Amino acid sequence: MHPRNVWQALLRPGYLLSPWPWRAAAYLLTGAVTGAAVLVALVAVVAVGSVLAVVLVGLPLLAALAFAGLPVAALERRRLRLVDGDDASGAHAEPPSPGLRRWLATRLRERATWRELGHTLLTACFVWPAEALLLTVALLVPLATLATPLLLATAGGGRETKVLKVWTVTGWPAACGAAALGLLLLAAGGYVLGAAAGGRAALTRLLVAPRGGDPRSRVVELTRSRARLVDAFEAERRRIERDLHDGAQQRLVALSMSLGLARLDAPPGGPLAGQLARAHEEAGAALAELRELIHGIHPQVLADYGLEAAVADAADRSPVPVDVEFDRPSPRLPQAVEAAAYFVVREALANVARHSRAAHARVRAEHRAGRLLVLEVQDDGRGGADGARGTGLTGLADRVSVLDGRLTLTSPPGGPTLLRVEIPCEPIRTDEPSPPSEPVPPSGTTRVVGPTTEAGCGGCA
Amino acid sequence: MRGLRVVLAEDGVLLRDGLTALLARFGHEVVAAVGDAPGLLRAVADHTPDVVVTDVRMPPAFQDEGLRAAVRLRAERPGLPVLVLSQYVQRAYAAELLDSGDGTGVGYLLKDRVGQVEQFVDALGEVAAGGTVVDPEVVRQLLRRRRDPLARLTPREREVLALVAEGKSNGAIARQLVVSEAAVGKHIGGILTKLDLPPADDTHRRVLAVLAYLRG
Repeated sequence: MHPRNVWQALLRPGYLLSPWPWRAAAYLLTGAVTGAAVLVALVAVVAVGSVLAVVLVGLPLLAALAFAGLPVAALERRRLRLVDGDDASGAHAEPPSPGLRRWLATRLRERATWRELGHTLLTACFVWPAEALLLTVALLVPLATLATPLLLATAGGGRETKVLKVWTVTGWPAACGAAALGLLLLAAGGYVLGAAAGGRAALTRLLVAPRGGDPRSRVVELTRSRARLVDAFEAERRRIERDLHDGAQQRLVALSMSLGLARLDAPPGGPLAGQLARAHEEAGAALAELRELIHGIHPQVLADYGLEAAVADAADRSPVPVDVEFDRPSPRLPQAVEAAAYFVVREALANVARHSRAAHARVRAEHRAGRLLVLEVQDDGRGGADGARGTGLTGLADRVSVLDGRLTLTSPPGGPTLLRVEIPCEPIRTDEPSPPSEPVPPSGTTRVVGPTTEAGCGGCA
Repeated sequence: MRGLRVVLAEDGVLLRDGLTALLARFGHEVVAAVGDAPGLLRAVADHTPDVVVTDVRMPPAFQDEGLRAAVRLRAERPGLPVLVLSQYVQRAYAAELLDSGDGTGVGYLLKDRVGQVEQFVDALGEVAAGGTVVDPEVVRQLLRRRRDPLARLTPREREVLALVAEGKSNGAIARQLVVSEAAVGKHIGGILTKLDLPPADDTHRRVLAVLAYLRG
């Protein structure tokens, strides 16, 4: 197995003959150069910023220094690959939405940003001189010593030369001895370089590329990205619904109308009248299908009247009689919650109709303490439903979990089946100007459940 | 029937022009054809039409602006006949519309229905004359529901009530069910009794029955 980083390589027998000492040297060399360059850049920015601060232009420049760690850390993570093969990624989170302001806010709140700034200052002020010194001692000194015979032959004219400008060598035996010493020093230097590079890499890793990132920020980031996906999915549904409604449906209605008018003009009883009638029928059937399709994609009533009316609508469409019961006029809830809850109810009612052999179903909803939406769909069917097998319910459970909610299904053989959804959410404040732009009608007009007599729901527990 | 002066609100240009032509063919005049709800309110103020035909979903927000405009118009001008065309079978829309004013002179039809040209024009005439028309599709959906107080109705009575909701007269119902008009009258009497709607001069009991039906 190949060593994954310089530390592992150091412990191998063939270390000096492997590329690792050279990689370590390259790491330290680029580090020293980068550090020096960063120091120069920092000093320049501070100087220019301070001078311009008099006319206020410099202040943002100085403030921007807080982010100086970001590019340096990015570069450091790339350099790290020279001596460390493991994944080196930063611990930054994605801003929740695009835009400079959000980006700045996210970065300023992150610990990673400040750690990276600290790392940059450390590199610029202390680390790079140490790196340069080490390179000199561990590489240049042995190489100079090693080159003694060469120097004696060329510059010294075969009589005399100085090793490292301190030690005078006269004659070949001493020169060869110096060369042998140089070889030994070079070998030792290889190990010193490896250890130094390893230490430097560990420091970098600690400050700008923590192993596995910050698990908490990862979870937050994952949750956010999942929520973003669900939102995007929902927006796409609406867009498709809207396109179908504004495009195909309008054209079909117009076509159906033209055919209807043409039928008035066609001589009755003739072949043309028959053909027109058939065409008209087809257009009507296509319209009906398209209407159902559009409704399935995203029911407009959900946007206009909210969850209660939409659930009542789903109940209307169910072949199995359904009682709908909301504990009180339901407030408008966040769009994502309403949509998730609605689609759960619809899927549940579809399952009831398809598999349960139930004679009756019941949907109950309650918004507890204004903070938790509890929705139950119960039927008096034969039970034995398995949430793990139905892909429909699994998808919905995922969707509910994105909203920090829970979906539970209890369905003992023999029934009854009870599907329960809990989603924490606060109602949308109605004094805010939110769609629909005019106030939602008094609930009396959309109230769908009369007295919830349990007639016909004998099987419900 | 004399020609009606119609204000039409529909955001689809294709459909707006089509409807204008259709109505013209049946001797009605579209005095204003607009594409959004504010336009509708203005047009009604300017033209005082005999009847308003409006789409539910219109700019700017593409929600139920048309329906809200209709409800508002009926609040401002009681008795203004309004026929709402909807893309969907939606009990909530129908109920809200019928609740506006005294529930007479309103219609709620699926948009598809304009393809049934003659039926559509008949429905418009019915609404303009103060009748109540609910789309058969809504009615069909509701027929499946069996809840009090409708549970007390016999199947035949429910059938008659559904036809009343569609805006049919007693005579038309009698023809459709192939019974005598007197029998229809008897059924309707039974429905009104069971729904607890005693005779009174100042209410439209047929409309109230339809409303009770819509509310389930």
